[in-house]
Amino acid sequence: MSLGKTASLEIRTPEGVSFALPLASPISRAVSWMLDGFVIMAITMAVSMLLNLLATAFIGVPGLSQFIFDFAQAIRIFLGFVVSIFYAIVLEWLWNGRTVGKRLLGLQVVDERGLNLSLRQIMIRNFFRIVDIMPSMFYLVGATACLFTKRCQRLGDIAAGTLVIRQVKLPEPAIDQVLSRTGYNSFAEWPHLEARLRQRATPEEAQIAFDSLLRRDELEPGSRLKVFARLADHFRSFAEFPEEATLGLSDEQYVRNVVDTLYRKSVVV
Amino acid sequence: MILDLDQFIQRERPFWDELQKLMRQREAQPDRQAPLEEVQRFLYLYQRASADLVKLKTFAGDVEVRAWLESIVAGAYSQLHDRRAAGIRFRPWNWLMRTFPQTFRRHWRAFALSTGTFWLGGLLGAIIMFWNPELKTEFIPSQFSHVYESPSKRVEREENQEFDAFEGRQTFSAYLMANNIKVTITAMVLGITYGVMTIVVLFSNGLIIGIIGFDYIADGQGVFLTAWLLPHGSWELPAIFIGGQAGLVIARAMFGWGTNLRFRQRMARIRDDLLTLVGGAALMLVGAGLVESFLSQYHGPKLYPWKIAFGAVQLLVLVAYLGFCGRGKEPEKPEKLR
Repeated sequence: MSLGKTASLEIRTPEGVSFALPLASPISRAVSWMLDGFVIMAITMAVSMLLNLLATAFIGVPGLSQFIFDFAQAIRIFLGFVVSIFYAIVLEWLWNGRTVGKRLLGLQVVDERGLNLSLRQIMIRNFFRIVDIMPSMFYLVGATACLFTKRCQRLGDIAAGTLVIRQVKLPEPAIDQVLSRTGYNSFAEWPHLEARLRQRATPEEAQIAFDSLLRRDELEPGSRLKVFARLADHFRSFAEFPEEATLGLSDEQYVRNVVDTLYRKSVVV
Repeated sequence: MILDLDQFIQRERPFWDELQKLMRQREAQPDRQAPLEEVQRFLYLYQRASADLVKLKTFAGDVEVRAWLESIVAGAYSQLHDRRAAGIRFRPWNWLMRTFPQTFRRHWRAFALSTGTFWLGGLLGAIIMFWNPELKTEFIPSQFSHVYESPSKRVEREENQEFDAFEGRQTFSAYLMANNIKVTITAMVLGITYGVMTIVVLFSNGLIIGIIGFDYIADGQGVFLTAWLLPHGSWELPAIFIGGQAGLVIARAMFGWGTNLRFRQRMARIRDDLLTLVGGAALMLVGAGLVESFLSQYHGPKLYPWKIAFGAVQLLVLVAYLGFCGRGKEPEKPEKLR
């Protein structure tokens, strides 16, 4: 269900820069919480085993064995509660909005303005989990809230002013590959038309054209012709170069010229 | 402006790399106090990368470089506006003696509404029992099945029971603390339903208390009931009312009455108060859990006056604490929804 959802959080900084942080999907959030559930279970079981060992050591000691057994049981109950509430609070605080599950899935909780979280926000969003996981542990309340809010926020996120984003670790760009393009481009004779092409082409369109050239050998000859014909038609609608510039150019060469124009070293901006 | 992309990237790349290095350092040691020079350098590099990003965005080509620089600027922006330091200034004594009682008084209307709703439920419970005592089992959940039997029978059984001081007391105490703290937090967070569910929870709990109370009093066991409930109830019930109070504070922020602030700003204004209220209530519930396990469950006519006196003193101390502690030291501009 989309309900006018946004897939990313748009941030505009005081420096006038805007960028987008991709939001986490409900599915990845659910998987992350399941992983955290296993961690919580493991911690609780480990503590229980330790307490059982302690209680076993005192079996047969008159007066003390019952006391130790009862004490161990009390610690187990209270610790189970404390771990379930404070597991996420402590980890999100120490790891800047990440728990074990979120780390594994590359998710991070951030403030609605893209900032790191304050301790207050972390506590509030995790206290609200008590309601979000209802009924029982099925997370229906949180999931419903997530589906019906624009930025996929559960109730805890709404109250705390937080969001869960995907941390996209981008590889360093192959800058050299981009910068080493040479060769004759007939479009260069008409700088005003090149300027129009640059103005009208979006970065995404430029990237598609560039990628299609890089991957040309992966395409079947028939498919390759179709792809470059469609791309060339698309770019022809941006700027109409005179016949002298396009005479004898195949669709693929036309796209090459377009890419060269868009990525060439010196451009007016 | 003429932008030579080759030269531009080659010239700026070392600055972007340096910014990334500083970011990695900070991520590895988030609580490290960086020297002034380092902070200034970080700010300079961030501003420079931001300016570079603006330039790159006007250039149609090179999506990869733009996206990569965007991710660096986003990370640096988040680190630059880090608010970790604001979250760790916690002075327990000051919080206990000033912040909590002052916060409680600041939202006294919400507390009055929370308490009133609970006792309204109690009154209805008493009326139901007066009208038809048979309905007791219909209204009281099975988890409280020990109150299904006749009060006088239970009193007789409890008073003749021999008690081992440690048998199950600690487990019971831990269970009570965990359960009651959970109920209190639930009462608070349900405020997000515009207070409707908070009111329902308070009212239904009051209803149960009203039914039990009327049942015991009608059966002539009023003294037992008071000695049973007052020692722990004198802190436990107010703590739950405080949870309800926090829920109603959220409800008010949801409605946004009397303020032009946006929802996000309204919630941001009350976050501190919510944590203070629920923290104070949790502390009271830890005390109440200990008293309920180690004192309330011991019954005997000789003990009743002492237990009632203990409960009464606790209640008076609580009233004095919440009513007067930290008075005259209120912050000049209390955090309010304006």
